[in-house]
Amino acid sequence: MSMPFYVSPEQLMKDRADFARKGIARGRSLVAIQYADGVLFVTENPSQALHKVSEIYDRIAFAAVGRYNEFENLRIAGVRLADMRGYSYDRRDVTGRGLANAYAQTLGTIFSSGGEKPYEVEIFVAEVGASAEDDQIYRLTYEGRVGDEHGFAVMGGDAETVSSYLAEHYRDGGSLGEALAVAVAALGHATEGGQTTDRVIPVTDLEVAVLDRNRTQPRKFARIRPARIEELLGDRGPTQHAAPEPGPDAPSSAAPPRHAAPAEDDPADPTDQVSGDVPPLEDPDSGEPPIAPPL
Amino acid sequence: MNDARIPASYMQPGTSSFSDFLIANAPDLLPARRSLPAGSAAELAPHGTTIVAATFPGGLVMAGDRRATMGNVIAQRDIDKVFPADEFSVVGIAGTAGLAVEMVRLFQVELEHYEKIEGSILSLDGKANRLSALIRANLGMAMQGLAVVPMFAGFDLDRGMGRIFGYDVTGGRHEENSFFTVGSGSLFARGAMKKLYRDDLSEIECVTLALQALYDAADDDSATGGPDLTRRIFPIIHVVTADGGRKLPEDEIAELADRVVGARMTRPDGPVASLNLPGEETAR
Repeated sequence: MSMPFYVSPEQLMKDRADFARKGIARGRSLVAIQYADGVLFVTENPSQALHKVSEIYDRIAFAAVGRYNEFENLRIAGVRLADMRGYSYDRRDVTGRGLANAYAQTLGTIFSSGGEKPYEVEIFVAEVGASAEDDQIYRLTYEGRVGDEHGFAVMGGDAETVSSYLAEHYRDGGSLGEALAVAVAALGHATEGGQTTDRVIPVTDLEVAVLDRNRTQPRKFARIRPARIEELLGDRGPTQHAAPEPGPDAPSSAAPPRHAAPAEDDPADPTDQVSGDVPPLEDPDSGEPPIAPPL
Repeated sequence: MNDARIPASYMQPGTSSFSDFLIANAPDLLPARRSLPAGSAAELAPHGTTIVAATFPGGLVMAGDRRATMGNVIAQRDIDKVFPADEFSVVGIAGTAGLAVEMVRLFQVELEHYEKIEGSILSLDGKANRLSALIRANLGMAMQGLAVVPMFAGFDLDRGMGRIFGYDVTGGRHEENSFFTVGSGSLFARGAMKKLYRDDLSEIECVTLALQALYDAADDDSATGGPDLTRRIFPIIHVVTADGGRKLPEDEIAELADRVVGARMTRPDGPVASLNLPGEETAR
């Protein structure tokens, strides 16, 4: 019988968390922001077919960053849960809180179970109410933590930079145009080595959707088409596409070199050997996630 | 394993159909999954009666009377039998009201569910086929007297026209080009529509046509309710165009219905159609 080497539970969880965090940071940021009529979602997503923001139910929307196949599964599960509940009870009985709890339990269980790879996703579940005070934005992380956010929330990519830009420029109760302008500006804001740059993101690269409480239909979710975004944003000067980033699902021609050993933990590089002070357990070549050693 | 986790079947990709998902995961919720004792159950529950629909250039109109009957008793005077199925289609029901309303609810969720999961809306024929499947699942109950016979109509965005689908209890589906009626008073309503329908009606003319046809159905069929002038209960009318479907506001219908009833005061049998005698202007 071979003796498995000992890994402390703290170390194991830390490695799994590092693994998930890196996957999430690889993509681009997504902003959820409250405005006068509801909640606005903005992200940079050149694909017109693969959405990061979607409708779950009448007043509930879902937004996610990270691995597409994983959050797509969660989205479908959410639609089924909501439709099932609405069909067996009533449409009003489907709530964002119930859905956020179900997601939290699922992500938490997957994260702490030894046999499964942790999900590399972060999720917002948002719900609009009758007034701005009743609006809710729930943030769900890869380990099943759930929290509610007010005003604005950012996940994925360089969330910190975008978040600090919004903290400076966000105004409560703004119109749709104002909220969209500040969100798009925040997404184009980047800090690199102390230098801040502001990029004007082309309209065609934006995915924008709202939960608008003033829609007359019971379904409050609506995507905002490029023509309307153009109209809302007005003239912003010359635009610039984002530099190609190696997404988790994209062919990684621009992947960082594998064997260069960075001196510090680089969240954009899933294969680096540094994770704080400790090397991650995942195999740097196959990218296999850390799993619990057999007992 | 934690039980609070979303069940694995919810996470499985595959079907975009809500009713298929129910069959696999919660068959008890399906309206047709009931076993009945032998014998007829037809007199147990209220029945809905007459629905009419007609197309006009650029859209269609569907209207239903407001009566539900249980044998010789009027079970409800203000039942609603025409429902939006989604933004561009409507469904009207005749037959056992309780089952039919549940079937419509399932059908509405079915269409919305597909739209949310796939990110695109079903074609009009696709929607009509899904309704066929739901009716077919109810065949056992239909044979014991609890039949549901809906009518489905919608605006076909690809072809830019309104289309109407009729069904039988086995789920058989047929498309009607200009107008269709279903329910106990449907024969009389169809006769009226046959004489009054033209293919160049405007929206308001088409709505009036539906009101006239329902009046004629109520005139000759005891189970169909006419305009209730004392209680101000009038037929439910939905109009679907390229801009989507809408339910006509009650006061708008009341005004038209008052005119229809007013004209019947002088001529109880309603408008006259031309006989096409020699020398008479040819009817369109």
